[in-house]
Amino acid sequence: MSKLNVSSLDSLRNKILKKRKKDKTIVTICGGTGCHAYGCMELAEAFKAEVRARKLTNRVEVRTTGCHGFCERGPIVVIQPQEIFYQRVKGSDIDEIFDLTILQNKLVDRLLYVDSASGEKIVEEKNVPFYKLQKRIIFGNNGFIDPTDIEDYIALDGYRALAKVLEGMTPEDVIAEIEKAGLRGRGGAGFPTGKKWEICRGYKADQKYIICNADEGDPGAYMDRSLLEGNPHSVIEGMIIGAYAIGATEGYIYVRMEYPLAVKNITQALEDARRMGLLGDSILGSKFSLDIHVFKGAGAFVSGEETSLMASIEGRRAFPRQKPPFPAEQGLWGKPTNINNVETWANVPVILSKGAAWFGKIGTRKSKGTKIFSLVGKINNTGLVEVPMGMTLREIIFDIGGGIKDGKKFKAVQTGGPSGGCIPADMLDSPIDFDTLNKAGSMMGSGGMIVMDEDTCMVDVARYFLHFTQEESCGKCVPCRIGNRQLVDILTRITKGEGKAEDLKTLRSLASTIKSGSLCGLGQTAPNPVLTTMRYFEDEYIAHIEKQSCPALVCKDLIVYFIEPDKCVGCLLCIKSCPVDAISGERREVHVIDQELCIKCGACLDVCPAKVGAVSKYTGKKKTAVLKKSVKREKP
Amino acid sequence: MSPAFMDLTKKKIEEIAGRYPDKRAALLPVLHLAQSEFGQIGAAEEALVAAALDIKPIEVHEVVTFYTMYNRTSVGTYHIQVCSNLSCSLLGSGKLIDHLSRKLGILPGETTKDGRFTLSTVECLGACEEAPSMMINFDYYGGLDEKKIDKILDDLK
Ligand SMILES: Cc1cc2nc3c(=O)[nH]c(=O)nc-3n(C[C@H](O)[C@H](O)[C@H](O)COP(=O)(O)O)c2cc1C
Ligand code: FES
Repeated sequence: MSKLNVSSLDSLRNKILKKRKKDKTIVTICGGTGCHAYGCMELAEAFKAEVRARKLTNRVEVRTTGCHGFCERGPIVVIQPQEIFYQRVKGSDIDEIFDLTILQNKLVDRLLYVDSASGEKIVEEKNVPFYKLQKRIIFGNNGFIDPTDIEDYIALDGYRALAKVLEGMTPEDVIAEIEKAGLRGRGGAGFPTGKKWEICRGYKADQKYIICNADEGDPGAYMDRSLLEGNPHSVIEGMIIGAYAIGATEGYIYVRMEYPLAVKNITQALEDARRMGLLGDSILGSKFSLDIHVFKGAGAFVSGEETSLMASIEGRRAFPRQKPPFPAEQGLWGKPTNINNVETWANVPVILSKGAAWFGKIGTRKSKGTKIFSLVGKINNTGLVEVPMGMTLREIIFDIGGGIKDGKKFKAVQTGGPSGGCIPADMLDSPIDFDTLNKAGSMMGSGGMIVMDEDTCMVDVARYFLHFTQEESCGKCVPCRIGNRQLVDILTRITKGEGKAEDLKTLRSLASTIKSGSLCGLGQTAPNPVLTTMRYFEDEYIAHIEKQSCPALVCKDLIVYFIEPDKCVGCLLCIKSCPVDAISGERREVHVIDQELCIKCGACLDVCPAKVGAVSKYTGKKKTAVLKKSVKREKP
Repeated sequence: MSPAFMDLTKKKIEEIAGRYPDKRAALLPVLHLAQSEFGQIGAAEEALVAAALDIKPIEVHEVVTFYTMYNRTSVGTYHIQVCSNLSCSLLGSGKLIDHLSRKLGILPGETTKDGRFTLSTVECLGACEEAPSMMINFDYYGGLDEKKIDKILDDLK
């Protein structure tokens, strides 16, 4: 393949489209990490084998694509062009899909998605409620593109925005367009992207760098992984356009080491782009040159912070440093450097091809465009969703997410990972954008939404996050290193029922010292989970401290497991399941837990048949009563 | 010392030197290489990497001890890393860690006597859609429960 220029890119696109127009049936199989775990690769191979066995190679094509987002229903198979959406497909379904759908254009009923609300079967992917309410301008192409095939991306107008830029826009034009679109960084803080580029462009230097931040360490977030795995060229195209606007000639993509598939796909995409003249010297025949390299992280949450990330590329510990000077002035090796998040970069080509005015119509006044959220935790439709900024939490969690697992009650959602906060049920109707989340004491972060139900203890959740940040603190500054340790210690005491009356006051004052005194964003936001849970769920803290009671029945030291004598049927199941032999009793006689031996693992509760429901958890006064009556297990 | 590693390292450094203004930027990539070659990065490996990059062993040590993915002692043939972060623990990863502990007879952070398994708990693997999740070496496993784990381990045998 010779190197492309602006006009040969167009003719290549036409050639690809013509080649593909032969009314072929295309079987697309989701190949994201989520579906990988369900065996999608084996499934794709089986489909391909079937195509060969049935001698249908000129009529049917099998393509593995990026993540479709609806991971809960994987493996997902979509039959194009009809867009028939089959979910949870197994190898044993393949025959029928060929016999009915591919050969006769009939449906395999049992593989269709059933809307739980209406009970209706839904055929087309775009009509599944999970997708219907989304606006997938960044993520939508994932389901159509084989990420390892650059032609797929080009066929869908890929690199057209770049051609447009190189052909007729000055760097200033590009920056103005991004600024006009109102794009804000998707990596956490929501800094205006155009502004950032402009600042970096303003510094004179013999060398400038751009970086794509794909460290994605926020617990609960995996949209960046999915974009790199599923549509790597969209990120690369964004980076090339950004580098042109800023005047950078070298770029790095810093990826977590824990994302092997993302590393593989982005590395291949870079090679393909280089081979075709979309990267390297004289991109698309223009005077602009840029190369981009992948850099693998080594496991440290703080390396996602921009100055730490640069230290890491330079071969040092990922310690953050004081700002200013900001990276735009002094970044990698002291040179002006512009760093953006994966999703931010992926927005760039979309804005340039559809225009700032179009983009500006999506979202709220101060937060434009869409945001990809990962819905995880106790939610029915786990997955990645892309919605316009300003959608309410209720719409995201209930209408798209299908509500809470097992019919439980919604309690809170954590946005922004360990830097964010817990948002309670009475705020479900507030529109979600950068500013409303900040006002609620949380933040957008990278877009993780960890949904929690009534069985979640909010003190325990705060302890969880603080444990995380304290472990991940790099140790450079004192407020973060020692302050967060203190927070965890106090929270741990409270979850053990050893809280003191003054603890809430101490937590608040410590939190404010840590926020104001820490060197980087990690420390400055670390107390947010404590502050928001105290703000919205103070009664839970008080119950722990004053009554040694955990209302959600989670904190092990504050609960007991108890077998209700009037319900137990003596089936022996719990006795067999107990790992420490703490339960005694004969068949058809009431079983009893020896509270001194019990390690509160909950195995007995899990195995006790639902219709019997003899195992209960108690806290507070009831717990004390159980303990008083507890008898020691008789040694057999 | 393995001449093959020295060769690979030299190549890697040359390749990287071409992409970065400073050879030291090769430190993390070369450490990744050393780890896959030797399975661990102890004092001997640190010295080797330091020599190759022309920096002091203490500078290498400083970096190795900072990042969690470098194993300072050797790990088992199968390194089981179970996510213990929030989404996974909401969906029961705590129990799975106990289960693995009992099954393998080791605590998190330990390796079985026969050197086959190392058990670790890790922070979010970015696979929360599959929670509870774990990685064995570089393969992801999701939607786990005790039975599934038993089967996965059996299949490794
Ligand atoms: C502790 C910490 C971790 C961070 N981790 C990430 C990350 O994983 N990915 C990311 O894009 N930004 C992360 N950030 C934000 C970056 O410092 C930086 O602001 C961001 O990459 C800028 O990109 P944007 O303007 O496109 O949002 C982190 C910040 C802090 C303080
Ligand atoms: S919380 Fe376990 S993979 Fe994200």
